[in-house]
Amino acid sequence: MKEHYSGRLLAPELVALVLFLVILFPFFIVLVNSGKAPFAITQNPLSLPTDWMQILSNIATIWTSPNVQYSSSFIASVIVTTVSLVLLNVLSSQAAWVLVRTKTRTSTAIFLIFVAAMVIPFQIVMLPLLSWFRSLTELTGVRLLRSYTGIILAYIGFGMSQSIFLFHGFIKSIPLEIEEAATIDGCRPAQTFYRIIFPILRPIHATVVVLNGIWIWNDYLLPLLVLGKGNRIMTIPLAVSNFAGAYVKQWDLIMTAILMAMIPIVVLFLVAQKSIIKGMVAGSIK
Amino acid sequence: MRRRRQHGAIFWLFLAPVLFAFIVVIVVPFSLGAYYSFTNWSSTARAGEVLHLIGLANYAGILKDPSFLYSFSITVAYTLMNMVAINVVAFGLAMLVTQPLKGRNIYRAGFFVPNLIGGLILGYIWQFIFDNAVPSVGTAIGLSGLANPANLMLAKSNTALVAMVIVGTWQYAGYIMVIYVAAIETIPRELIEASFIDGASAWRRLRSLTIPLTRQAFTVTLFLTLVNSFKQFDVNVSLTAGGPAVFFAGKSILGTQLLAMNIYDQGFRANDMAGGQARAVVFFVVLVIVSVIQVAVNKRREVEL
Repeated sequence: MKEHYSGRLLAPELVALVLFLVILFPFFIVLVNSGKAPFAITQNPLSLPTDWMQILSNIATIWTSPNVQYSSSFIASVIVTTVSLVLLNVLSSQAAWVLVRTKTRTSTAIFLIFVAAMVIPFQIVMLPLLSWFRSLTELTGVRLLRSYTGIILAYIGFGMSQSIFLFHGFIKSIPLEIEEAATIDGCRPAQTFYRIIFPILRPIHATVVVLNGIWIWNDYLLPLLVLGKGNRIMTIPLAVSNFAGAYVKQWDLIMTAILMAMIPIVVLFLVAQKSIIKGMVAGSIK
Repeated sequence: MRRRRQHGAIFWLFLAPVLFAFIVVIVVPFSLGAYYSFTNWSSTARAGEVLHLIGLANYAGILKDPSFLYSFSITVAYTLMNMVAINVVAFGLAMLVTQPLKGRNIYRAGFFVPNLIGGLILGYIWQFIFDNAVPSVGTAIGLSGLANPANLMLAKSNTALVAMVIVGTWQYAGYIMVIYVAAIETIPRELIEASFIDGASAWRRLRSLTIPLTRQAFTVTLFLTLVNSFKQFDVNVSLTAGGPAVFFAGKSILGTQLLAMNIYDQGFRANDMAGGQARAVVFFVVLVIVSVIQVAVNKRREVEL
């Protein structure tokens, strides 16, 4: 019986293994071609590099390239992603909490408007957003285009509806007695939320971080419009596209730029694989 | 009485930041955009200066523009192909990795990895694969047809569109797979064992057991793949940049320019912001109608079971 069972699984195991290699093959191509000199790459894109040391000099080229400015783009991506994620989590969860716990018509209406806003695609607001940000800056003096303030504000605006929706569903399942006990013990509402409820939300915070983190880190269109290519602040996708535009068909260096853009997120995935996959699933099956 | 008022204060205090972001980033631009689409708005820098209402002229312009009509139809074609390809592949992968395979956790993680990388970067990788790696494999295995520049997938608009579907499937199937896996794992073991005892074939088990019991997941996955395919921009920019050109309705236009890119180019390349915005409004209305219908149809199927 045992032998029969493992025999039955041999075919699927092989199929899975082959698919695994096929699906990861493009990453192999990126890796081997990052280690090549300019002309070796077009002659034979599939061969292993003759000299792996070439990868270091390619990395050095990308690191210092004025089109990529890798270290500052990396820092910009980290700042945009983490600040947006922290604010999204704090602001959406506190908003979701008052929306769940206040049972008025206004509260229900606000929640429904947020839910409806989830279907609004970025494309319909992107053109007016630019002119509107520009006039806001003229009006208030706060710089919104080509600034961290503007892009983080935009990510909060576009990420909050789904985040509030996710927090809302989770908070509904938390028994009210916990909060009543805290109130009797003398907690003010804000304290009740931050001391008692906020820590309970951990699993759903993880979901919100994963879903929005992958989106914000990799997003191209919004930074392209709000920050622009080749300006003071560039995120990693902007930098890669800026480099690929300037060094057309210099695939050895483009591949190195791609490799360097992928490394941080792949490393993060290898470290936190389980919670990332769990977060993605929890966010989609509501 | 005092508690009630305090609650009211905290309600608005906790909501204020998200309401502010919502109004500034979504409500105002959305309303401005709807208004601009009826005006002669021409540049983001000059909005608010001399805008004239010109009625439906921008919308009439769309109908006369072959590039939009073409873009619309290939976006529909791309979305349909992508939805089918992604879901078939994802469901197959999910069936595979829910078997008690030795390396199933590694397979799951590996299949998911492309989803971590942004569409822009993936597009560049695949541009290299289609333009350089495929011809070189062709030469190596003696299929000189693959190496002929005229036969490259990205050289013709039809095959370039299929190339975008390949990249879209490669990127997205792992994520959709994970959703199917979660659904398949909720199917009670007894049901599966019973089907074995009853001698059901694998095909029968799939049709009568697995698919009906994971129908709820289909509502989600079809919605996600529909919306994300329809909105595709990043892969389009880096893989084909809209090219190659085709001749359509007497005009030379971009052969793989999806709607999102068509809107962007109309606004920034053609410097026709109002025309771009009118296209965006059409895009939005179509997207909302189609996704509402899709969810409604799938929900009804769920109930019937």
